[in-house]
Amino acid sequence: MIQALVFYLFAAIAVAGGVMVISARNPVHAVLFLILTFFNAAGLFLLNGAEFLAMVLVVVYVGAVAVLFLFVVMLLDINYLKLREGFLQYLPTGGLIGLILLVELVMVYGGWKLSPEAPLSAVTRIPAASAMSNTDALGRLIYTHYIYLFQASGLILLVAMIGAILLTLRKREGVRKQSIYRQNSRTKASSVEIRKVQSGGGI
Amino acid sequence: MLHIGLAHYLTVAAILFTLGVAGIFLNRRNVITIMMSIELILLAVNLNFVAFSHALGDLVGQVFTMFILTVAAAEAAIGLAIVVVFFRNRGTIAVEEINQMKG
Repeated sequence: MIQALVFYLFAAIAVAGGVMVISARNPVHAVLFLILTFFNAAGLFLLNGAEFLAMVLVVVYVGAVAVLFLFVVMLLDINYLKLREGFLQYLPTGGLIGLILLVELVMVYGGWKLSPEAPLSAVTRIPAASAMSNTDALGRLIYTHYIYLFQASGLILLVAMIGAILLTLRKREGVRKQSIYRQNSRTKASSVEIRKVQSGGGI
Repeated sequence: MLHIGLAHYLTVAAILFTLGVAGIFLNRRNVITIMMSIELILLAVNLNFVAFSHALGDLVGQVFTMFILTVAAAEAAIGLAIVVVFFRNRGTIAVEEINQMKG
C-alpha cells in the first residue's frame, strides 16, 4: 500500500517534471525541473532496490551534469525567448510523433508478458538484502566480471575530460606569462652585459 | 492498481522517453534544451534497465545502468563544451545557424 503510494508520488512528479523540462519558457527553470525529475527517478531506483545507483544518480546527475547545464545556461548571454519562437509551430509535429511513439510503446507492453522462467535465466542473481548490501554486490560484480568494461568507461571519462578541456581552452593574445623554463635556462652571459662607461659620456 | 510491478515502471519509463523525443521536436532551435531532452531519454532507458534488473533478479542490469550513466555524463560534458565554443565563435546557439560544416 505504502509502496504503491510512494511509487505513484515519485512517478507523477517525475513525469510532471519531464513535461516542464520541455515546455518551460526559462531554460534555468527547465534545468531545475530536470533536477527534480532526476531526484524522483532516484526515488524510483530506490523502490527497485538499486540503492547505489540512486545515490550515483543524485551525486553525478544532480551534482555534476545538471549543475553543468545550469552554468552553461547562465554563462551564455542568449535571448532564449527568440529561440522559443517556433514552439507552437512545431507543437503539432512533436505532439504527433510523441503520441505515435507512446502508442507503439504501449502496444508493445500490452501484448507482452514476462515468462515465468525468465528470472531463472539470470546471470548474476541479486543477493538477499540481509546477506549483502546492494553496493557490495555491485562492486563485487564490477571488479570481477566487468572489470574491462569498467576500465573502458573510465577511459571514456578521461577522453571526455581531455576533449572538453581542449575544446574550451583558448590561447589569449597579449598576456604576459611566466615561463619557468626560460627563466631557468638563462645564463649570465645571455642576460648581463658589462660596459665601460666614461664618466660624463653616457652610453 | 495497488500492486506495483514491472509494467508500472516500464510505463513511467515509456512516458519519460516519449517526453524526451517530443522535447527534441518542440525545442528544435535551442541546443541546450535538446540536450536536456536527451538526458531525459537516457534516464528513461536507465529506469527500464533497473526495473528489469529488479523483476528478473539479475544484477547485470544495474551494472549496465552505471555504464550508461558514465556515457551520458561524458556526452553532456562534451556537448556543452561544443556549445560554449560555438557560442564564442558565432554569438548564437540557434540550431539553424549551425551550418559551418555543411559543404
